[in-house]
Amino acid sequence: MGARTSYAGRPFSFRYLWQERYPVTQATHQQVTLPPRDWGRTFYHWLIVAVVVFVFLWSWAPAEMYLFVNLYTDAGNMAEYAEGFIHPNFEEIDYYIEEMILTVEIAVWGTGLAVLSSIPLGILSSSNMAPFWIVQPVRRLMDTFRAINELVFAVLFVVAVGLGPFAGVMALFIHTTGTLAKLYSESVEAIDPHPVEGIRATGAIRLQEIVFGVIPQVLPLWISVSLYRFEANVRSATVLGLVGAGGIGQVMFESIRGFQYAQSAAILIVVIVTVTMTDILSQQLRKLAI
Amino acid sequence: MAAIKIDGLSKTFGRRKALDNISLNIAPGEMVALIGASGSGKSTLIRHVSGLVKADADELGHIAVHGRKIQEMGGITNDARQIRRDIGVIFQQFNLVGRMSVLSNVLTGLLGRVPALRGTLGLFTRAEKLLAMQALDRVGIAETARQRASTLSGGQQQRAAIARATVQGARVLLADEPIASLDPASAKRVMESLSDLNRKDGVTVLVSLHQVDYARKYCPRTVALRNGTVAYDGPSDALDHRALRALYGSAIDELVIPEAPEVWQPVAPAARALESATA
Repeated sequence: MGARTSYAGRPFSFRYLWQERYPVTQATHQQVTLPPRDWGRTFYHWLIVAVVVFVFLWSWAPAEMYLFVNLYTDAGNMAEYAEGFIHPNFEEIDYYIEEMILTVEIAVWGTGLAVLSSIPLGILSSSNMAPFWIVQPVRRLMDTFRAINELVFAVLFVVAVGLGPFAGVMALFIHTTGTLAKLYSESVEAIDPHPVEGIRATGAIRLQEIVFGVIPQVLPLWISVSLYRFEANVRSATVLGLVGAGGIGQVMFESIRGFQYAQSAAILIVVIVTVTMTDILSQQLRKLAI
Repeated sequence: MAAIKIDGLSKTFGRRKALDNISLNIAPGEMVALIGASGSGKSTLIRHVSGLVKADADELGHIAVHGRKIQEMGGITNDARQIRRDIGVIFQQFNLVGRMSVLSNVLTGLLGRVPALRGTLGLFTRAEKLLAMQALDRVGIAETARQRASTLSGGQQQRAAIARATVQGARVLLADEPIASLDPASAKRVMESLSDLNRKDGVTVLVSLHQVDYARKYCPRTVALRNGTVAYDGPSDALDHRALRALYGSAIDELVIPEAPEVWQPVAPAARALESATA
């Protein structure tokens, strides 16, 4: 008995996993029976499992998952490749930092513009604030903004406004507006309607109902999701350079394509440090907001 | 001219008639209690007078406040926002903006008066802020002005809401169960604040109450609703226990503050016998 009651201090053994640990009390009331199984529900649960398993199997070959053995057989190649990254080359660190700051600046403007435009668009896509014939079109427009990746927008804007950071700002702006407006409207739809009614009863105009009744309620959440999007945008902005939309991405892909792995490693470290710093900073700020 | 004139007002929720052809006249300067059991239509009536809910489309039904129609033929009139300025509303749940300071909440009472842009930007003048402070002082919570409204107790929040209606300069005050979620001491202070506005400023007050005792104490006139119709309209004093029983039958318990619970009865003999048998 004693050995069964405590696991602490025992050496690990597989046998223990199957051993009875506490003797289970037997049911004493003879009249209790197990309720009949709900076969419909059981079938439904297994159906879900079957569908999930099927989806994974179905995607196996198209996703070339059978190549996973190469991870082992080509391990030598990868080790060789990785070796290039072991000794980062910080010779041009000033240039990297400069480009990294530019990347953050792209994210700042992209997010800032998105926040400004998401305030009206978020309210217009809230079903408790606007009639459906405004809500539906605005929501669909926001869906479109969100559905198209920043990189795709960046390619479009590079064509429209030329190579450089401004194309990156515009790409982040449009995509982030789609996301923020949706998140903003979700918190607007969850507000307590009573204070709004209180403001309405004073004879305030519609805009004042929103400014005094709605905004104070949603502001902490809005700040929180905006900061979170800023974090995400710093990460996104580091790859916008791939299509020529400025920032550290451009430098990074040039060095990778030029097989200059030592430089690439240094750039990656700069990116990691910056993204981590942004995350920590915005996390602290978000805590203040709520 | 009547302060509040309701004529043939009906409201149907689904199939249930919440208000059934109600007509009511309230003169300026009156303090009228609106009583009735839960679901008798008190709140619905008040929300109609403040123009927050639309009445059934009926060519006859309309509501006018100081002669200006706020509802007509089942629609809220275009003047509603204008008229609302002159109607202060006190809600059961206070309806303050919890994250704003008490002072800011009171200042929102001025939104219907100051220029729209200035109000929207929240740029209130020093004189306006002093007016708000005076209103807070009058209800006895001036010291809470800088606190967030959500940090106040229920009674304090309700008094802040009264201050908001005061700075609004409303001539008509509608109070929808203002004391239903308050403890007795807070309830008394809130009722006294309302009564004070009525007596000193001549504000017309229509207050819905759950308990007839408060109506008798603070309001000379009582309107009693039953199933969406006016069951009684007259002096509150005449509404004694017998009159109420005639109106509401067994539902009367809901309208009167229950007497102090009787002294605990000793265990019935049968129970006591059982107790000694098992011991």
